[in-house]
Amino acid sequence: MLAYIVRRLAFGFATVLGVLGVLFVLFFAVADPDEMAIRAIGERASPETYTAWKRNHGYDKPLIINTEHDWTSIDRYTDTLLIEHYERMLSFRFGRSDSDDTPIWTRIREGAGPSLSLTLPLFVIGLLVAVALSLAVAFFRSTYIDRSVLVICMLGMSVASLIYIIGGQYLIGKLLRWFPISGFDTDPSVIARFLAIPILIGVLAEFGGTVRLYRTVFLEEVNRDYVRTARAKGCGEIRVMIHHVLRNALLPIITNVVLAIPFLFIGSILFESFFGIPGLGALTVEAINGNDFSTLRTIVYIGALLYILGQILTDICYSLADPRVRLGGGAGG
Amino acid sequence: MSWIGNAIVAVLLVAGVYVWWRARRNRLWREAMAALARRRRFALIILGIYVVIGMLDAVSWVGGDGVQGVAASEARSVIDRIFKPSVFREKSYSAPFASAEFVGGAALTFPGRHVLGTDLLGDDVLYKTLKGVKVALLIGGLTCLVLIPLALLFGVSAGYFGGRIDDVVFFVMSTLASIPNLLLLIALIMALGKGTLQVCFALGITGWVGLSRLTRAETLKLRELEYVQAARALGVSHFTIVLRHILPNLAHLVIITFALLFTGLVLSETILAYLGIGLDGSWGRMIDQARNELSRDPIIWWNIAAASTALFILVLCVNLIADALRDILDPRTLRERT
Repeated sequence: MLAYIVRRLAFGFATVLGVLGVLFVLFFAVADPDEMAIRAIGERASPETYTAWKRNHGYDKPLIINTEHDWTSIDRYTDTLLIEHYERMLSFRFGRSDSDDTPIWTRIREGAGPSLSLTLPLFVIGLLVAVALSLAVAFFRSTYIDRSVLVICMLGMSVASLIYIIGGQYLIGKLLRWFPISGFDTDPSVIARFLAIPILIGVLAEFGGTVRLYRTVFLEEVNRDYVRTARAKGCGEIRVMIHHVLRNALLPIITNVVLAIPFLFIGSILFESFFGIPGLGALTVEAINGNDFSTLRTIVYIGALLYILGQILTDICYSLADPRVRLGGGAGG
Repeated sequence: MSWIGNAIVAVLLVAGVYVWWRARRNRLWREAMAALARRRRFALIILGIYVVIGMLDAVSWVGGDGVQGVAASEARSVIDRIFKPSVFREKSYSAPFASAEFVGGAALTFPGRHVLGTDLLGDDVLYKTLKGVKVALLIGGLTCLVLIPLALLFGVSAGYFGGRIDDVVFFVMSTLASIPNLLLLIALIMALGKGTLQVCFALGITGWVGLSRLTRAETLKLRELEYVQAARALGVSHFTIVLRHILPNLAHLVIITFALLFTGLVLSETILAYLGIGLDGSWGRMIDQARNELSRDPIIWWNIAAASTALFILVLCVNLIADALRDILDPRTLRERT
């Protein structure tokens, strides 16, 4: 058991190093510091301005090999952007934003709260709606109710999320005037009014895909032997659905759910910028518009880190619950 | 640059005819095609119309229709020649079939000609919507055509050879998979720069992992089957085994994934367009440009309605076809039906 956990942790750490490698290739090798400087201050500045910009933002070292040191010195390979990038990211010293010099870590801490206040209720309500609806559909399987819900799901899946947001904001916020169109407040009594539209739209936008997915999960369980046994001993159909089918179908659903949790911290890029919620998604949009590479790098890194952590936790929980996973060997899979 | 579009259309036509001809000679594929045509006739016809419009927009040449001015020296596609955007343009917004401008009410130069109205710059909305077909097919189709061989190469070699190759491919896959999709997409486009090729490349990189995982797992299973073992015992080369015994058994997976990826790619382009890193002339861009028009009074709805309806119908058709394909090609449901 311990060996499995250690192996899994080691593989997770290797993946983190791999993600940092990808980020280095993208943000230092493909878009190198010169290019970043050009995008930040424009094309018609003097060479000294570029050098100054690179020094101010800590991009003035060579990428992989520092030719200022001679062959024998180890500094030739350690005094470089590559090593510095790994060092900083692994020790969580993210430095300052490239565009407005605010410390990135503070921005991320400030953004996590608003992001969670949107994504967490959205996630919980969406999950409950999807599970309840798909259970009902599985209960009415191969009737007209089942078929019409499937058709609605198919139609719902085919609409772009951008359309959901624009249309929903227009319909609920502008025509019906139920809730304010956009804005945010930390006061818990007001916050619900601001979050109502994004949550409503978010649930609507996602239920098509999830209901279809969970329906197949439920239908796979419905034909199992234990369900027939339960019916044979005289259970009502509703009791069978809730006590037997739902319980056994929860495992694959929970796997999906646990893997989705890390993404909650990242927030929703579209929703946050449309509804004026100052979370991590809005921070991402700001970083894109401002060519703020250091912030973007950090957000991608944190997102990947959370995902890897979530995966490790899921795998370890699974190996505790199911001995086959442990004996099967192999990391992940 | 016009020859690239023409060449792509020619290659696609030839490849399409060849694939259709090969598939007809195999009983299983012939039956699958017949079943698909029976169950999703309407969706297939509409998808066909989209493809024809896209191709008409890709075939272009210079001169020949008496258009004057700057446009005369540029290669124009069949769609351009039908709508003649440089001739039939207005000054600003006008409603569908209107004879007067939307703001101010001045008479239009070409009253009643704009079936879906005109946009801010006076361009015909129907024309812009039809132009978006090519961009959407480019995003979904061309990206998949690049991505699928790549995914197959990595997935099959990892699953078939195992060992070191598998370790490396698996590591690369889990690294890419652990970066949230949209963030990876944004990072790639920000680093590579904005442009058609870059966006398609970024979409390809992010979509590659899912299919590769599927094919790897499936190849692992296939490798242990008796007929593959027998072929190996008889001394058939690895290349031939993969070509004859592995790839044909992955075809159904590839086709289903292609259809699902297509809709995913087209839909995620709209998000990119909103973030300002999408493609020029796409429906996403049209929607993004039109989103403030809804807050005008009276509202200007035809821009956003045209683009989103075109997008919705295309995605719905492909979704329906993908759904039927999964039923027809997936061996598990096949067994249930017989």
